[in-house]
Amino acid sequence: MGNILTLTTFLPLLGAIILALGLRGDDEAAQRNAKWVALVTTAVTFICSIFILTNFDPANIDFQLVETADWIFGLQYKMGVDGISILFVMLTTFLMPLVIASCWNVTTRVKEYMIAFLILETLMLGVFLALDLVLFYLFFEAGLIPMFLIIGIWGGKDRIYASFKFFLYTFLGSVLMLVAMVAMFSEAGTTDIPTLLTFSFGTEDFSVLGIQIVGGMQTLLWLAFFASFAVKMPMWPVHTWLPDAHVQAPTAGSVVLAAILLKLGGYGFLRFSLPMFPVGSEVMGPLVLWLSAIAIVYTSLVALAQSDMKKLIAYSSVAHMGFVTMGIFSANQQGVDGAIFQMISHGFISGALFLCVGVIYDRMHTREIDAYGGLVNRMPAYALIFMFFTMANVGLPGTSGFVGEFLTLVGVFQVNTWVALFATSGVILSAAYALWLYRRVVMGDLIKESLRSITDMNGRERVIFAPLVVMTLLLGVYPALILDMIGPSVAALVENYDTALAAFHAASQVAAN
Amino acid sequence: MIGADIQILLPEIVLAVYAMLALLGAVYTTKDGAASLLTWMTSGLFVLLALAIGVNGAGTNIAFNGMFVDDGFARFAKVTILLSAAVVLLMSEGYMQRRGLLRFEYPVLIALAVVGMMVMVSAGDLMALYMGLELQSLALYVVASLRRDSVKSTEAGLKYFVLGALSSGLLLYGASLTYGFAGTTLFTGIIAAAEGGASLGLLFGLVFLIAGFAFKVSAAPFHMWTPDVYEGSPTPVTAFFATAPKVAAIALFARVVHDAFGGIVGEWQQIVAFLAVASMFLGAIAAIGQNNIKRLMAYSSISHMGFALMGLAAGTVGGVQAMLVYVVIYVTMNIGTFALILTMEKDGRPVTDITALKSYAKRQPLLALVMLVMMFSLAGVPPMLGFFGKYAVLLAAYQGGLAWLAVAGVIASVISAFYYLRIVYYMYFGEDSQALDGRTPPVLWVTAVVTGAIIGLAWIPGVNLFGLDPMAAAAAATLVN
Repeated sequence: MGNILTLTTFLPLLGAIILALGLRGDDEAAQRNAKWVALVTTAVTFICSIFILTNFDPANIDFQLVETADWIFGLQYKMGVDGISILFVMLTTFLMPLVIASCWNVTTRVKEYMIAFLILETLMLGVFLALDLVLFYLFFEAGLIPMFLIIGIWGGKDRIYASFKFFLYTFLGSVLMLVAMVAMFSEAGTTDIPTLLTFSFGTEDFSVLGIQIVGGMQTLLWLAFFASFAVKMPMWPVHTWLPDAHVQAPTAGSVVLAAILLKLGGYGFLRFSLPMFPVGSEVMGPLVLWLSAIAIVYTSLVALAQSDMKKLIAYSSVAHMGFVTMGIFSANQQGVDGAIFQMISHGFISGALFLCVGVIYDRMHTREIDAYGGLVNRMPAYALIFMFFTMANVGLPGTSGFVGEFLTLVGVFQVNTWVALFATSGVILSAAYALWLYRRVVMGDLIKESLRSITDMNGRERVIFAPLVVMTLLLGVYPALILDMIGPSVAALVENYDTALAAFHAASQVAAN
Repeated sequence: MIGADIQILLPEIVLAVYAMLALLGAVYTTKDGAASLLTWMTSGLFVLLALAIGVNGAGTNIAFNGMFVDDGFARFAKVTILLSAAVVLLMSEGYMQRRGLLRFEYPVLIALAVVGMMVMVSAGDLMALYMGLELQSLALYVVASLRRDSVKSTEAGLKYFVLGALSSGLLLYGASLTYGFAGTTLFTGIIAAAEGGASLGLLFGLVFLIAGFAFKVSAAPFHMWTPDVYEGSPTPVTAFFATAPKVAAIALFARVVHDAFGGIVGEWQQIVAFLAVASMFLGAIAAIGQNNIKRLMAYSSISHMGFALMGLAAGTVGGVQAMLVYVVIYVTMNIGTFALILTMEKDGRPVTDITALKSYAKRQPLLALVMLVMMFSLAGVPPMLGFFGKYAVLLAAYQGGLAWLAVAGVIASVISAFYYLRIVYYMYFGEDSQALDGRTPPVLWVTAVVTGAIIGLAWIPGVNLFGLDPMAAAAAATLVN
């Protein structure tokens, strides 16, 4: 059990190496073997992660199961989990077998496809578990490479444009974070995340190019991290890469992108921005709240106008991520709890919605909403599943979507009533676009000739959706499952944040007198 | 006394004597029959000398009254130069052979150029510096135009020569000004003369010296020769230009600014920072439109030299250390990339158009993977080594008080990521086109795969870059004090 985190993280990579070296040929048998190897690897990874969960003590707010080894440039290879990261790890390992199962119909370069997903899983787990700044950055950035290839090789018609936009957009965001990390190392003398969490960075105002920076160093560092995480999240107005990437990515790529990769941004805010730069967060917090409110309303309106199903769901993801950033930067227990809850729940729901699109795309090879209509007549099971996740996306009480949205709204209401008001209107808009989509695709008479022979979901597809339905319902009726796990860590985070701010205000009060 | 001095100079003397003996010997044999053997022998001698220098060298030894310095910094640079030259020479043998370019002069000229480089990095005096620099340059002018019957190759050689002569002139002018105002050509004398602030004349000398070095490392705005010379020269020669001479030039640059002008860091820091930022952006932007992979690599090397200069601009021990780490990683990446470029052939003729790489991944999965690793590494994407090099120089620049330079550098690296991605795009996403020959000589295959493995994996805990960082730290500590 000594190095369960490393084992879990690098198991998928091991699977990828076995695939790369051990599997020859590209006939049907080889393709099936590749899929099975990938499926078994991800399943075993999930089992390993259950061991992490059972060894994890929610009441302990420190990093647990920590592993360290020496590394280059005086850095450390250091891994560990706490209440904030554990659920993201579980989300990743839980979803990956489903993702692999969902691409059973792929026939082009199957082996490489599986390798890309396995490597991506290792990198995503690494991001959540890394406890060294540079190690974190390494995993965070390296994830761009497999995703770039997944979109570029297996994507749709405009995949080249989408993959370049995806890569360069996110790369630009994160290199600024790299400079900030270098600055943090120079200031604090360490890249160890637990140590940095207790270090307070400078807050004296200074001016850069004649602009007065309130909050000084902390604000600048906060902005650099914001550049990276806001793009990753993505927040309005830097979200434009996401619809392109989603539309062009293959189904499995979209699922990973929406369900896990977007959470890297939210995780980053929780791990770095809020606890390490409390003053920066306080200075810039109102801006984030308003950007989130704009994101929720604006992208919901944009979603209404879409004619492509995937694009519509992509915009709805941006809106839901707006709730997350809003919750995080309201910086109270409900807000942060809600943000984490919303991220986990969005992982299940948006993943399922992209899979729903994948089901009919596999059959009709189009994502145009106009090409469908009346599917309920031929696909009753599909209609039911799609209905369920549409409702969950809208935030119907009883599904996990409701809990996350409600908690974040409660959190932000205590901080800024106006933002809460605008954001709540987004809930109504989300009902509008989601239900309208459902009506156009599933309801009505089946009048399109091409849909006459469409078949309902097969056994494999039903099995993929089953765990997602269970989780969505379970978290909807029993949210304590998550909240108990993250509660103590979030409470500690919020308390540290408040203490740091109180100390800062006391100090500036003294200075003013 | 002279015996002890010669002892210190022994590796250079051995190599110089070898080159002359080889020249004599080869003249008496049948034309170019011995060229292949001579290439392997030269390469082997490089490796032996690298081992001898790396294993035996210790302490700081000064020869000829300070003209020649053999310290940890010089040894680090020499080992890098010798090893990279050895690998590039081996890579070129097959290519040159099949195009009838493998004359016996080729390995001899490379050996002489390497002697020049070794003198450069050990120079303790402006005269020794100039001697080494010119020996290196003259040999390189000739190898640039090795393909006598090609207009482009002769043009490359001539351009390189004319512009090189101009830069040598600038350098000499700077050296004479420095001599005039410092009263000596010894670095130890110059640093004493500049104690407590340099006179205006000395500063003029410094600026001209830096202009000369900037030309040799092909830093913007003294980079104009680079794309043309890279494109015109035979590809193995281009590979050579991109590696060993760059190490020598930047090591010399560091040597002069720290050993001779180390007391007035503030005076040259701004100039070096400007060279760095100009090179990074020029290299990043000018390469976007390039379809010729050799020109693209030329701009790429301009951009990378900008990053290495960023480390130097920090003006600290950490900065020199980061620069050395960066340069070693850069050389490794370029060797790997050029090994792959050398395999690009269609119907037995070399191809340099990057569109020829379309669907390379389907035909040569392993080599395409190596190329992918190299491209992401050149772009500075982790976990490839290129990222760690970038991290080291960014850290040095920030700690040297040049935060703006670090920000500018990372923005330039995003711009340059675009053209590295284009190559990946052709290899992996491109539609089928006329295939390359797919003929991969074993030397190139081994070089590509080994460098690919190093670049992709040497960061893992336990390997730790083979201890590169502590070695660079020790080397930097002997230079800056």
